[in-house]
Amino acid sequence: MANNGVVAVYGNGVLADSKKSTYAVKVGLAQMLRGGVIMDVIDAEQARIAEEAGAAAVMALERVPADIRAQGGVARMSDPQMIKDIKNAVTIPVMAKARIGHFVEAQILEAIGVDFIDESEVLTPADDQHHINKHNFHIPFVCGCRNLGEALRRVAEGSAMIRTKGEAGTGDVVEAVRHVRTVLGDIRRLQALDDDEVFTFAKQIAAPYELVRQTKQLGRLPVVNFAAGGVATPADAALMMQLGCDGVFVGSGIFKSGDPVRRARAIVQAVTHYNDPHVLAEISCGLGEAMVGINISDKKVERFAERSD
Amino acid sequence: MTQMRSEELFRHLCSDSCRCERKAEMAVGVLALQGSFKEHIVALRKLGVDAVEVRKPEQLSGLSGLIIPGGESTTMAKLAEQYKLIPALKDFGISGKPIWGTCAGLIFLADKAVGQKIGGQALLGGLDCTVHRNYFGSQLNSFETELPAPPALAEIGGSENFRAVFIRAPAIVDAGPNVEVLAALDVPSGESGASSPGNEAEEKGQKVIVAVRQGNLLATAFHPELTGDTRWHSLFLKMVPKGGKADVPVKAVEESASLIRPFTDPKDLPVFRDASFLVFE
Repeated sequence: MANNGVVAVYGNGVLADSKKSTYAVKVGLAQMLRGGVIMDVIDAEQARIAEEAGAAAVMALERVPADIRAQGGVARMSDPQMIKDIKNAVTIPVMAKARIGHFVEAQILEAIGVDFIDESEVLTPADDQHHINKHNFHIPFVCGCRNLGEALRRVAEGSAMIRTKGEAGTGDVVEAVRHVRTVLGDIRRLQALDDDEVFTFAKQIAAPYELVRQTKQLGRLPVVNFAAGGVATPADAALMMQLGCDGVFVGSGIFKSGDPVRRARAIVQAVTHYNDPHVLAEISCGLGEAMVGINISDKKVERFAERSD
Repeated sequence: MTQMRSEELFRHLCSDSCRCERKAEMAVGVLALQGSFKEHIVALRKLGVDAVEVRKPEQLSGLSGLIIPGGESTTMAKLAEQYKLIPALKDFGISGKPIWGTCAGLIFLADKAVGQKIGGQALLGGLDCTVHRNYFGSQLNSFETELPAPPALAEIGGSENFRAVFIRAPAIVDAGPNVEVLAALDVPSGESGASSPGNEAEEKGQKVIVAVRQGNLLATAFHPELTGDTRWHSLFLKMVPKGGKADVPVKAVEESASLIRPFTDPKDLPVFRDASFLVFE
């Protein structure tokens, strides 16, 4: 098989009656990730640690957000060879990040057969006005948001999964909490509205009316919603779940800590047993140093979350 | 409260005197370590059955059946091992109570799995099959299709086909003589997405098995919980022996498992139609 088995493409006419990359198939993978943890990894070794800890998927990238902050410069899509190496090392789904609006990076990631693309504000945006038209791709996308309007604009562009942005690479959970509470609070406000008032609400949050109406009817985002950006401890992860998220992304929080193996396993357990304080207490013991973190109230800290809207 | 809701549902869904009484007595567990367990619970509740999230061994007591949902099988295996669920689940299966595995659950139930991660993973076993973990390949090769309903499904009623959603799905590459094949899929030779040893068996064949039944075990490589078609759930419920009454009141099980802050429990996702954009069933 070509490309070390990384790319596996059916010939034309195979499975003639089957439909690939329908929205149901795209959202379906996100649904399989529910109740799970997606971990940032920078090489095959870290990917294996994440898999052994029980990660539901890994995010392959060259620098974790904490290093992107520390080193500065332009952050771009990772070397495809590195992503291929990670794909070959594990059996769980592999995600990778493309810059906002950089649809060619997304094409490259699709060509090497990643399972999910994160159009991420953690990388330096390539387009300050437009996001990728994600309907043009066979691979599902996940995008960040800070409020309901932003979430539904990304869904309108074809995103099959949403994550709240938080502030990646800080280890400070305050922004993640703010964004989750804002999205879910917006939905609760929407549900309290009269149907006649939904049109104006849609205008105010700058989201398509039809998606707003569906959200009101469902009482939740119409796609899977994970939390991200600042989760560093099992308690942080369980907090996100208790606030009402479907799962958690953990970036720098694991491999920038003192004992990544134990911390990764504990965060996975915390997401499953998020409602059981006794289990949470047990798994939080003796995890070693958490990542140092950056206090987000420091004005000099760049806000990645504000890079797109 | 759940009890009340499901009783209302019975009256609503089952006006004729079908199996309501039996259903009222049964509680089915869904392994809630990771994956699409909420989707299964929604489907079961549609059928008026009490569904219970199972995360710890003691939550299995009193259940009449168990569903192992889709998700990442390695994740589920790790979490099951950490909380000593594997022996409890094995006992549950040996006691003759029905277990249904979808996708990752199928891998869990198989006696043998190939294409696993380095070091392998814990399996429950019981199903005399060899499963290929990522038979169809990566997400690019995920798909949905219509398959002919097997007789067991067709007798429940509804359309002669059923919608099957395959997400990075496994497939059964070898099944023992006691295994009843319920569904198979055409795959031209040499076209399987996976290319690891153990795959030779089906390279020459044209069909790959995607749904089986053996004794008290049911397994599907696809995800009925992602569709609005509840017939697979009905088929599974038919496997639950009659008169099986819960040893423990269902409510007690639920309360011990649950919710400190019930208002934030995420609402259910819709069932997506096979369209290129958000269309619900």
